[in-house]
Order: sequence, then structure tokens, then C-alpha cells
Amino acid sequence: MKSSLTAGFLGLLFGLGLLLAGMANPAKVSGFLDIAGLWDPSLALVMVGGICAATGLLAWAGHRQRSLLGLPMQLPKPGKPDVRLLLGAALFGLGWGLAGICPGPALLGLATGEIAFVPFVLAMLAGMGLYSLLPPPRS
Amino acid sequence: MQLDTLHFTPLASLSGGVLIGLAAGGFALLLGRIMGVSGIVGGLLNRGGQGDRAWRLSFIVGLLVAPLVWQLGWRLPDIQVAAGPVTLVLAGLLVGFGTRLGSGCTSGHGVCGLARGTLRSLIATMTFMLVAVVTVYIMRHVLGA
Repeated sequence: MKSSLTAGFLGLLFGLGLLLAGMANPAKVSGFLDIAGLWDPSLALVMVGGICAATGLLAWAGHRQRSLLGLPMQLPKPGKPDVRLLLGAALFGLGWGLAGICPGPALLGLATGEIAFVPFVLAMLAGMGLYSLLPPPRS
Repeated sequence: MQLDTLHFTPLASLSGGVLIGLAAGGFALLLGRIMGVSGIVGGLLNRGGQGDRAWRLSFIVGLLVAPLVWQLGWRLPDIQVAAGPVTLVLAGLLVGFGTRLGSGCTSGHGVCGLARGTLRSLIATMTFMLVAVVTVYIMRHVLGA
């Protein structure tokens, strides 16, 4: 219960951050990706702000055996890049470039009532479902 | 390259980024996990894993409620989607499948992973950024869409 309430609050904080940052607008995201056109560098600052704010907290979390709520730490261990990572990131980049929408803003956009997010989110869920039919990675 | 000074929002974007980073850091510290949207949503679609369904759904509900809470104080920002329905479906499939195959998206790799300084997230973020930039370049400046 406590972890669900916490997750809900953090989801809200994340969503408000996306809205304030301008990530909710696919046209703005595309304006950032279009470095050869009229370039809007705003989203670089979203990453700078996000990484700066997260670094200390993540380092603290990384030194703990259990989370502050007493849950087991499940942060992934550092590993080597592999084909799945590269191919997955490339496919994601292609989709992100085509529409200017990544998973967080997709859900957020749906909640604003903008109808264009409906086909995107349904297809995104289908793509994720398709992945879960694949055999899991060997590790 | 020309700067789009009309749409550039340095202060709002930096502050929004800080909120995103605080949410990500708080997530790791309180829940012991990486706050990656593709992983949180994708985990709901895996077989098994009934036990952690509650916090995943709760995070998504919090995210979905954000526009309502925002509107208590401010007007929603403009939201313009240029892509047509066919492109949106294709892009959605690629984003859904690709983020699961690559173990993360902009939040998991781009914010959390880079903040932790992991090589995998650095490579993933450079890859999806580069491919997205090239995709937009081809669409806008080669095909002229």
C-alpha cells in the first residue's frame, strides 16, 4: 500500500515535470530533434536538469541494501552493451523520430484528451506485448 | 543550424527536468527500482509478476492524473501532433517493441541511466538520439514531409 501510494505520487511528479518541461508537445520534441532546421534546444536542458537532480539521489540509492521503504534494491548491475540493446535503441529512435513521442509523454498525451495519442498508445502497447512473446534474453 | 528563439523555454525546461530527476531519484531511493516508463508499463504485459502490479498501475495513474492537477493552476500547454494515423501506429509499434528490446526509453536510459553513469545507458541514449535526429532530418529535409 505504501509503495503504491509512493509510486502514484512519483508518477504525478514525473507527469507535472514532463508538462512543465514541454515534453508533452510532440511538435516541440521534433523541434529539438530537427538540428538542421529551426532548432529548439529546450529538451537538452530537460536532460541536464533531470540528470543533475537524479545523480545524487541515485548514488545514495546505489549504496543502500534496502530502499527507504524497506524494499529490496533492484537497480540493474552495470553490464556490457549487446545487440539487443543497440537494435532496441535504434528501433525506438526511429519511432521517436517519426512521431516525436516517447512512452511517458504518450500516456500523458492520452490523458490530455488529444485523440492523436490513441492510435500511438494502442500500437505502443501492442509492440510491448509483441516483445513479451519473444524468448527472454539469456543472461 | 538556426536557433528557434521563439519556442526556446530554457527556464521551464530546466525546471521540468529537475522535477523529472527528483521523481527518478525518489523512485530509486524509496522503491529500489529504476523509474523507466517502458519498463513499468511493459512489466504489466509480462506473464507472471502479479505481485508488483499494484505499484506499476499506481505510477501510471499518477502520470495520467498529472494533466488534471496541472489544470488546477495553469492552462495545458499547446499539444500539436504532426504525424498522421498510419505514421502514429508505425511509430507506436517501433517505440513499444524497441524500448522493451533495448531495456529502456528516454526516462530509464536517458535520465536514470546517464545519472548513474552506466555504459549501457550511454550507448543506448546516443543510439536512439542519433537515429531520431537522422529520421527527422530525412523526413523534413530529404523527403520534405
